[in-house]
Amino acid sequence: MDCLVCHDTTGSYRKFPTACGDPVYKERKFGKKVFPAVDLRKVARKVGKTSRTTCGRCHFYGGGGDGVKHGDLDSSLFKAGKELDVHMDVKGLNYSCSTCHVARTHQISGRYYSRPAAGKHQFALPADDGWRLACESCHSRAPHKNIEILNHHTAKVACQTCHIPRYARGGVFTKMWWDWSTAGKFTAAGKPIVKKDKAGNVIYHSKKGDMRWAENVVPEYFWYNGRMSYLHEGDKVKPSARPLELNSLQGDYADKNARIFPFKVMRGKQPYDPVEQSLLIPYLFGKKGTGAYWADYDWVKACRVGMEEAGLPFSGKVDFIETAMYWPITHMIAPKEKALSCAVCHRRNNGRLENLRGFYLPGRDRWSFIDRSGWVLLGLTVLALLLHAGLRFVNSKRRQDGGKS
Amino acid sequence: MKVKIHLYTRFERFWHWFQAFLIIFLLLSGFEVHGSLKLFGYARACYWHNLAGWTLLILTAFAIFWHLTTGQWRHYQPTFGNLEKIVHYYLYGILKGEPHPFHKSPERKLNPLQALSYLFLKVVLLPLQFVSGILYYYYNDWINWGLTTRLDGVAMLHTAVAFVLLIFLVVHIYLTTTGGSLLAYTLAMITGWEEVEENV
Ligand code: HEC
Ligand code: HEC
Ligand code: HEC
Ligand code: HEC
Ligand code: HEC
Ligand code: HEC
Repeated sequence: MDCLVCHDTTGSYRKFPTACGDPVYKERKFGKKVFPAVDLRKVARKVGKTSRTTCGRCHFYGGGGDGVKHGDLDSSLFKAGKELDVHMDVKGLNYSCSTCHVARTHQISGRYYSRPAAGKHQFALPADDGWRLACESCHSRAPHKNIEILNHHTAKVACQTCHIPRYARGGVFTKMWWDWSTAGKFTAAGKPIVKKDKAGNVIYHSKKGDMRWAENVVPEYFWYNGRMSYLHEGDKVKPSARPLELNSLQGDYADKNARIFPFKVMRGKQPYDPVEQSLLIPYLFGKKGTGAYWADYDWVKACRVGMEEAGLPFSGKVDFIETAMYWPITHMIAPKEKALSCAVCHRRNNGRLENLRGFYLPGRDRWSFIDRSGWVLLGLTVLALLLHAGLRFVNSKRRQDGGKS
Repeated sequence: MKVKIHLYTRFERFWHWFQAFLIIFLLLSGFEVHGSLKLFGYARACYWHNLAGWTLLILTAFAIFWHLTTGQWRHYQPTFGNLEKIVHYYLYGILKGEPHPFHKSPERKLNPLQALSYLFLKVVLLPLQFVSGILYYYYNDWINWGLTTRLDGVAMLHTAVAFVLLIFLVVHIYLTTTGGSLLAYTLAMITGWEEVEENV
């Protein structure tokens, strides 16, 4: 294991992109970028606690670039302000990742595939056992002093849902859509095409296809008990009207461990074998003639090499299937003033929970039977009373007139 | 001959008006929480609705105490004997200008129809609303109590009873106009004194 990648404090410890995890021993160029050689003696003498810099060097760049993967973990958190993240605010609490992701004997707390992030320690207080990844472990389940009703939400709504009104707020875009099916287009002269949007994000690349990016994104909300199940290589899948879920969230309204949780949903199109009915693993990176897609631009060849390497069957047919992947949004906690207000959820139409059905949300839902009969009965009553009042009035007039004549 | 009699004690009047205010306010804020109106804003509607609900519960506790200690609860004992006459009066007699068949007295303030409907209000409607309201309030804790965690049943009941109360209120207010003058009954509930036909 490479210890320095986490324990370096100088910030100069760098790995070379294609050197299989080796640091930069000699100055090298990657494209136009120069990677200076690392002074390993200096780094070794300055090892220390992990920091946002060391963890972030990997986690902020997941998916091949800054903010690409998570949407709530990107380089803007190196020097976060309070608006971006109340805990990692450099002028405030200035938490490092491991303040929450407590590590004991190098077991860094966090979700691990299907194991929930907080495990058994979901609501543990620090004094209990030292684990404190869950918000509740520092804040308790009733953190709200002014508005009691907010504390009445914690059994059904995760803290993150209200406290992360939007993600990718730090000025770094995150990737929302990646369509591999359009890759492999070239200019008339046979040159690769690279298109960028105004913000400088690549929206088309001959190697990768079409991509869409976004910042300040409103999360999507789903029930989630901290567990996910994953699609595995070789699993049989059928195309359907809904995108194929690469990971599916566990938990629903009836599950007492599930809460409504915010997610980034990464959507796209990926190579798919319509005969074997499985996702394909293409071989991407390699030299010309090896079948590598980024050199030969032939999906069938790339998939044949990739699937062979993986030891999986391949029919020779390549199709594309729309996929979706869920990424929990849990960082970039905004200041309390920016937390969601009631009517964002509790409203008849166009609320944030509009698409999350199957339970009763006050202000959004009603039973047409009760509401309709209620209002109709009220209307009939008022009509009857008006009629009664009218008759009373007319008859008393008549009696008075009769009395006079 | 008409005479003035003292029908409603000070506590009774205070209780009546405070309860009336709370119920009207609970209906308004409740229907905002339900999504039917926009008045106070969602957060305030919820907050004030809860506060008003607890206040009504406390007021009711006092009222129950008062009814029991003063024996006033007897007024609500239902008698079915003359119920028909009262119904007949409101549907028919009142239009003809017939006198009210019931004679109010400090010993028997409520006519049989009133006694029955107020009893229904007090032992059925309001308790249903209290129980469902308290459950609704403590919804977050149901998990710890081992209850189901579906909110809809309770919310459905709470809404349905609210509609019944709303209709009750409308009819009740209308019936206050059927006294000697339009405001006679209302004034009686303010001053405590009501003018009644002398019992012969
Ligand atoms: C994935 C990142 C990561 C890697 C890689 C890593 N560590 Fe750590 N290590 C941590 C974290 C997190 C802590 C908890 C304290 C902190 O935040 O620095 C820690 C703590 C320590 C401690 C202090 C233990 C204590 O009880 O205070 C030592 C010593 C240590 N690591 C040595 C190593 C060595 C040696 C290696 C390489 C074999 C290594 N670490 C690799 C993340 C890492
Ligand atoms: C060398 C790059 C690297 C560094 C540095 C690093 N990580 Fe990771 N981390 C990874 C990778 C890769 C995974 C995914 C492992 C897997 O899928 O099995 C991961 C997984 C995780 C997970 C679980 C995520 C999940 O989706 O289940 C957490 C939490 C985590 N890391 C926290 C940290 C913290 C805290 C630090 C700093 C102390 C850190 N990491 C440093 C590369 C790194
Ligand atoms: C305020 C506390 C807090 C801080 C600070 C924090 N995290 Fe997290 N992080 C969490 C929680 C809580 C989760 C688990 C969410 C869940 O239940 O899935 C999490 C989850 C993760 C995951 C897994 C995401 C996934 O897909 O499940 C990664 C990776 C991660 N954190 C990395 C980091 C890194 C890197 C840093 C530092 C830059 C950091 N965290 C700082 C609280 C924190
Ligand atoms: C239904 C939305 C919602 C949920 C769920 C929620 N919060 Fe809040 N939270 C808010 C709002 C709105 C405020 C601002 C309150 C104010 O203005 O007084 C707030 C304020 C806070 C504050 C500041 C303390 C205060 O009283 O001013 C903390 C800390 C906090 N929340 C933590 C949490 C934690 C931890 C959780 C999960 C256990 C959580 N919140 C769940 C909406 C929510
Ligand atoms: C390691 C302990 C710890 C964890 C874990 C933690 N917090 Fe905090 N949080 C704090 C501290 C300390 C403060 C500052 C309290 C203060 O200013 O009074 C704070 C402040 C806040 C505030 C108030 C910010 C403001 O505007 O004043 C919110 C909201 C908040 N946390 C939400 C969360 C949420 C949501 C999570 C889970 C993702 C979480 N916290 C996890 C320690 C923690
Ligand atoms: C993130 C969306 C969201 C926000 C913001 C939100 N709520 Fe809720 N609220 C919910 C959900 C979900 C439920 C649970 C419904 C269920 O379980 O059927 C709920 C339940 C309730 C309930 C009924 C249960 C109870 O505990 O009494 C009330 C009342 C309520 N919310 C009021 C509010 C108020 C007031 C605010 C603002 C201060 C607010 N909510 C903010 C999502 C939200």
